[in-house]
Amino acid sequence: MKFAVLVFPASNCDIDMFKAVEDTVGEPVEYVWHTATDLTPYDVILVPGGFSYGDYLRCGAIAQFAPVMAELHKAVESGKFVLGVCNGFQILTEAGLLPGALIRNNRLKFRCHPVDLVVENNRTAFTNGYCQGETIRIPIAHGEGNYYCDEQTLERLKTNNQIVFRYQGDNPNGSVENIAGVSNERGNVVGMMPHPERAVSELLGSADGVRMFTSVLNAWREKNGAAIGR
Amino acid sequence: MKAKVYVTIKQNVLDPQGNAVQGALHSLGFGEVAKVRIGKFIEVELNAADRAQAEQQLKAMCEKLLANTVVEDYRFELEG
Repeated sequence: MKFAVLVFPASNCDIDMFKAVEDTVGEPVEYVWHTATDLTPYDVILVPGGFSYGDYLRCGAIAQFAPVMAELHKAVESGKFVLGVCNGFQILTEAGLLPGALIRNNRLKFRCHPVDLVVENNRTAFTNGYCQGETIRIPIAHGEGNYYCDEQTLERLKTNNQIVFRYQGDNPNGSVENIAGVSNERGNVVGMMPHPERAVSELLGSADGVRMFTSVLNAWREKNGAAIGR
Repeated sequence: MKAKVYVTIKQNVLDPQGNAVQGALHSLGFGEVAKVRIGKFIEVELNAADRAQAEQQLKAMCEKLLANTVVEDYRFELEG
């Protein structure tokens, strides 16, 4: 299985994401620059955090039209697995690959600390290694992670089981119904504000993010037949 | 042709910046302030054959990039 880590100007979690793949599943991983026009060699595409294009206009607004994004739409269409973290999540919502939008934290503060998350849906490609309802500890680092969607969209998210993570206890940003992460209807695209790539070792304070990566490896193996093993 | 584009946060969407500024105005003694909403003002100079074409172009720009219609409204004025 081959991973891609997309890199936009001012992405800054790309190296963490790359290392997390190496450290958790050890599968091949490559950086893919935002000007790339082919994502066909990759099975999983990771959209990392940062401040793509300086967050000009809105977070993710300009990144959504980078050349690689047309390829990302095709990859999603073909059922490949896509994970957007933090700015990556913002980019995926701006691009319309995930519902809703991320707006300014309700208390205007940039929040940077670990949070407890409840796994609300363990049937996505990235969460199959967690238990339904499990609490995991993953750090956040964002000023604009306040997830918003209108009533109809929220109902649709609930009906289709698209709410993947919720904040437990204190909601750090004022998001609708404590939402921390969502998926698309098909479940092959997941976006989340917390950073699982920063929680891949007890030395980092938590290893709860590891299973995001092992989950997608499982999902890929399942899709491609159990015979393909390492 | 010159256009002025106004992008505003939808009424039912929280505007934390606006709320903070409202609080600041109150603490400055402007108790009469009932509500503050902060938006964006964008000036665009464009080449268009006529107003109808310019309006069409601006609408497309707003829908595609200048506003995120999930959380924002937009309107624009053409000068001249």
